[in-house]
This record gives sequence, structure tokens and C-alpha cells, in this order.
Amino acid sequence: MNAKQNKLIRIPMPLRYLINLALILALWGVFTGLMGAGVITNYWSGILIMVGVNIILAVSLNIATGYLGQLPLGHAGFMAVGAYTGGIFIKSTPAADLLKAGNAAACLPYIIAALLLSAVVAGIFGLIIGIPALRLRGDYLAIITLGFGEIIRVVLTNIDSLLGFKFTFGAAGLKRIPKFSGFHLVFVCVVLSCMLIHMIMKSRHGRAILSIRENEIAAESVGINTTYYKTMAFVVSAMLAGVAGCLYAGYLGSLYPATFRFMKSIEILVMVVLGGMGSMLGSILSATVLTILPELLRSVADYRMVAYSLALVLMMIFRPKGLLGSYDFSMSRLLEKALNTLFHRNAKTEKGGGAQ
Amino acid sequence: MDFSLIFSQIINGLQTGSVYALVALGYSMVYGIILLLNFAHGDIIMVGAYTAFYAITSFHLHPLLSVVLAVAVSTVLGVVIEKVAYTPLRSAPRLSLLITAIGISFLLENGAQLLFGADTKSMDTIVTGNMMLFGTSVSYAALLTIVVSIAAMVVLTFLVQKTKLGKAMRAVSEDMGAAQLMGISLNKTISFTFAVGSALAGIGSILYLCAYPQASPTMGSMLGLKAFVAAVLGGIGSIPGAMIGGFVIGLLEAMVSAAGLSVWKDGAVFAILIVVLLVKPTGILGRQITEKV
Repeated sequence: MNAKQNKLIRIPMPLRYLINLALILALWGVFTGLMGAGVITNYWSGILIMVGVNIILAVSLNIATGYLGQLPLGHAGFMAVGAYTGGIFIKSTPAADLLKAGNAAACLPYIIAALLLSAVVAGIFGLIIGIPALRLRGDYLAIITLGFGEIIRVVLTNIDSLLGFKFTFGAAGLKRIPKFSGFHLVFVCVVLSCMLIHMIMKSRHGRAILSIRENEIAAESVGINTTYYKTMAFVVSAMLAGVAGCLYAGYLGSLYPATFRFMKSIEILVMVVLGGMGSMLGSILSATVLTILPELLRSVADYRMVAYSLALVLMMIFRPKGLLGSYDFSMSRLLEKALNTLFHRNAKTEKGGGAQ
Repeated sequence: MDFSLIFSQIINGLQTGSVYALVALGYSMVYGIILLLNFAHGDIIMVGAYTAFYAITSFHLHPLLSVVLAVAVSTVLGVVIEKVAYTPLRSAPRLSLLITAIGISFLLENGAQLLFGADTKSMDTIVTGNMMLFGTSVSYAALLTIVVSIAAMVVLTFLVQKTKLGKAMRAVSEDMGAAQLMGISLNKTISFTFAVGSALAGIGSILYLCAYPQASPTMGSMLGLKAFVAAVLGGIGSIPGAMIGGFVIGLLEAMVSAAGLSVWKDGAVFAILIVVLLVKPTGILGRQITEKV
């Protein structure tokens, strides 16, 4: 911390990663401790799992909405694909018996395989839908993804009659999926998803995606392959939604196509829009609040959706960028700021210091 | 399949198609003028249907009076939505406008659920009786629906092509800035467009009640989405296009149902949408819009 007098302090990259790791471990420690001490009851740890699932859904939709600047309305469709893939796969493995026997460690490979498979299948669907849909823009993209989302739901409901055997179990629901989603698994998945998105967005690819949001024609004219990057963002978004779906299946243990209606897509969209389009922290916070709040306000549960939609309209009129706008949290940046104000009170008078 | 069965299916298709067409006209007009996909349009139908339902069942008004009331309520609602939610956002990015429209749509749906309950409310049919046409029994309701929707289209075409307000509407949809410079009141014209579109939705809600005499909070969303598909299929911004689109979607649904695949009905409609958007995004009668840099 004894940098030259004129230079602002910059925390080197490896140290930044260490700081983030420490933060994540601390957060995990706090939750585990609270759960061990019984402060967080079983009921609330279940809600924490739903918070995690919703966080993954929100940050994944944020890639397409916040960073890419498009408005897909079929996110629940990808979640459904992931959920059914994971559910059907894990049901076909011996994981259920292993879980029942209390041998959680032995079924970990199956769980990881289910998560990966969900991501891959949802990603393939994202690719199939993304390539044609991304030729369109704005409203048309919104409506075509909505159409695809509805088609996925119709197919999930009715495919058994075409196949001739029980596959998704139609409207009756896919039941008795082993409940493998525990707090730790969901926590790890949330961290990995956020890390993946963060790393993509800080890379060359992320900047290309942002440039498409700002001005597609300008991006194309500086040599960015817009089709490729749009599809990439869309597929990553779909894959993470698939992971969230798989965790959802493993938490609830039963799936119904009706869960993944248009309404679900909107719920995810509300989380992204309220938090701030393009802000990961915003998505995480609003996903957390919007999952916990209804639990606290059970007595007025009927008003939940009314309040959501009202919030959406008011937000668009008065603060269209969302609560946090595109602000993102960075512990390292905060530390830098604090260190700089501590050591270089005169740094402000210097023009063009080290920090940008 | 014999002739009378096919004929009655065609009549069925045209009946639902007429409702889609009327709703699609509203979508098309609003989209043509402010480039907004008005998600709330379908829910205006729902409000219209509830109005008619309560007017007839609770207040025992004359059906004709209830119809007028439903249309009036829909019209006022449409204009209020435009004034409250869309006007402040006229210069905002399209994405914000679209999200607002979704918000309004859900507000109406969930508000209705709170006010009227989530259950489906059934009532007696408004128009009863059948007549024989080409050896097939056809309900008066179906004929009325088809006639009313075609009449509405004729009136609307006259309104848009021959009146001063229609001229203003066309001018605004052509170029908002230039229209304003020529002394056209934007606010008035856009409000008028919403009023006409919502009035059509009101009529659509009555015709819907003729076909399916029941009202539920979510009835508007699927109806609205399909009507939007119809508008896209016919070519958004085109009045005869919306009509053709509506009839095609209605007939398609009837055919899919007749083939015993009624559970795939919604899927088929959205498949049509996807094919149209990929092959000819401007629709059957739409005009080509070149995008300026």
C-alpha cells in the first residue's frame, strides 16, 4: 500500500479474485452457520433455495435483456426444458434410491450430470429458437420468443399422446423426482452462474455484446459478428435458465407444464426490470426481495401480482433504468476507493490518475 | 367428412376468426401509429366482457343497452390507459413502452381477478336460434358475428380513408414529426386511435360472449395473443390484412380441431406466427419498411 504519491492505488487482478472468493466464502459461512444454529428454519432454507433458483433465472434473463438489449418473453420455456430434462434424467438413474439411503455423496455425479444435461438441452433449444428469432428485433423478437415458449408448454403437455408412452406425463405432472436440490448445491450453482456471466461480460465477448445493445449497426461496421454474439448471449441465457429449471425440479419434486406459462416469464422479467437492466447486483437483489416478500406477506398474497404489475408500470414511467440502473457492485472497487481516500487525499486534484 | 360437417366447421372458423379479426384491427391500428405492441389490448376485451356480463346478469339491462355499455367502457379504458401509461413514455425507448404494456396487461388481469374472482363466470347465450343454410344448421350468433365484423371493417376503412381524422391518423403513422409540423394534434390523433381500437375490442368482447357465453380474468390474454398473430399474419398496419389474418387463424383453429387435434390448437397458431415472421415478416398485405440508419 506504499504506492508512489501521485498514483492511485489499484488492486491487482489476482487479489481481486481472492477478495471475491473471501466474500463468497463468508456469505456461505454465514448461511451455513445460521442454518446450523437453527436461526434459519427448514421452511426458510427452502425459500432460500427458491431465492437461488430465481437469482439464476434473473441473471440469465439479464444477459439477453440487460446486456444484449432484447426482450425475450419465453424464458420460462427454457426453464421448463431444463426442468423436464433434469427431472426425467434423474428419475431414470439410481439417484433416487441412493438419496433415500442417505448416500448423498454417491449420487453427486448423477446430479452434476443432470445439471449439465439440462444446460446443454436448454442451450440447444436456445440455439434452435435463437437463430431464427434473433433475425428479428424488438417487438417481433418478443412475440416470437413468446410463441416458442407457449409451443414448448403445449408440447410438454401433449407429447405423450404422440410418443405413445409416458414421457412428460402431460398435464397430470411429472412426479416423484428425487429432491436433490439442497442449499449448498444451489449456492454453488448461483455462484458459478454469476461468475460465468461476470467473466463473459468482462471479456472481449462481453464488450461485443454490450456494443450490440448500444448500436447494432455501428457494432457491425466495426467488424463485430453481431449474429454470432447475439446467438451466443441468447444460448448462454437459455443454458443458465435450464440449470435453474433443473434445480427447481430437484427442489419441488414434481413438475406441471402449467407452471411454465407466460406468467412465469413475466415474473422473471419483473425481477430483471425492477433491479435494473444490465445490473447483476440489481437482478440478484430484486430476485431475492421478490421471492422473500410474498412469503412475508402471505396474508395479502392476492395482491402480489397486482403490486408486481403496478411496480412494473410505475418503474417504467418514473425510473426506466430500474432501481440500480446499470450499476454493479464490486468489493474491490469499494476497497480501492476507500484506500485512495485514505492515502491520497490530494489525488482528486491530480488529473488523469491511474484509476479510470 | 361430408359437406355439411365441413361447412359447419368453416362457419365455426369464420365465427372465431371474426372475433380475432376485430381484435387484430385494434392491435394493427395502435401498432401502425405508435409502433407499440399493445399487450393490454386483449385485456380490454376481458373488461368489456365482464361489463356486459354484469350488465345482463346483475342489473338485468336490455342486451342492446349492455352492448353499448360494454363498448363505452372499453373505449374509455383504452383512452385512459393511453393517457396514463403510454403518453409519458412517448419519447422513451421502445423496450420501456413494451414493458409498460405488459405491466398494464397484468394489472388488468390481476385486478379483475381480485374484483371478480378467479373463476369463470357463465351466462345464458345472448343470441339464440338457428337457421338452415345449404342443408346445415347455422346459429344466428355465428352469422351475426361474421356480419358485424365485416361491417366494422367497412366502417373503419371509410373512417381511415375518407375522414379528416383518418387522414390525420395516416399522416401520424407515416411520420410523427412531420405530421406535427403540419398542425396535426398528436395527442388527439393517438387518443382517437386508441378509442377506435378499444371500441372494436369492446365489440369483439360482445361477439366473443355470443360464441362462448362466459367471462374469466385471463380470457383476454390468449385471445389477444392470437389476434396479434392474426395481425402479423395479415400484415401489421393494414385493415384488410388484419381481417384476412383473423379469418385464416380462425379457420386454421377450426380445421385443427376438426382433425381431432384440438389440444395442439394453440401450438399450431404460434407455429404459423413463427413461419410468417421468418418467411415474410411484413405479412400478407403489409408494406415493406426499410430501416434507416
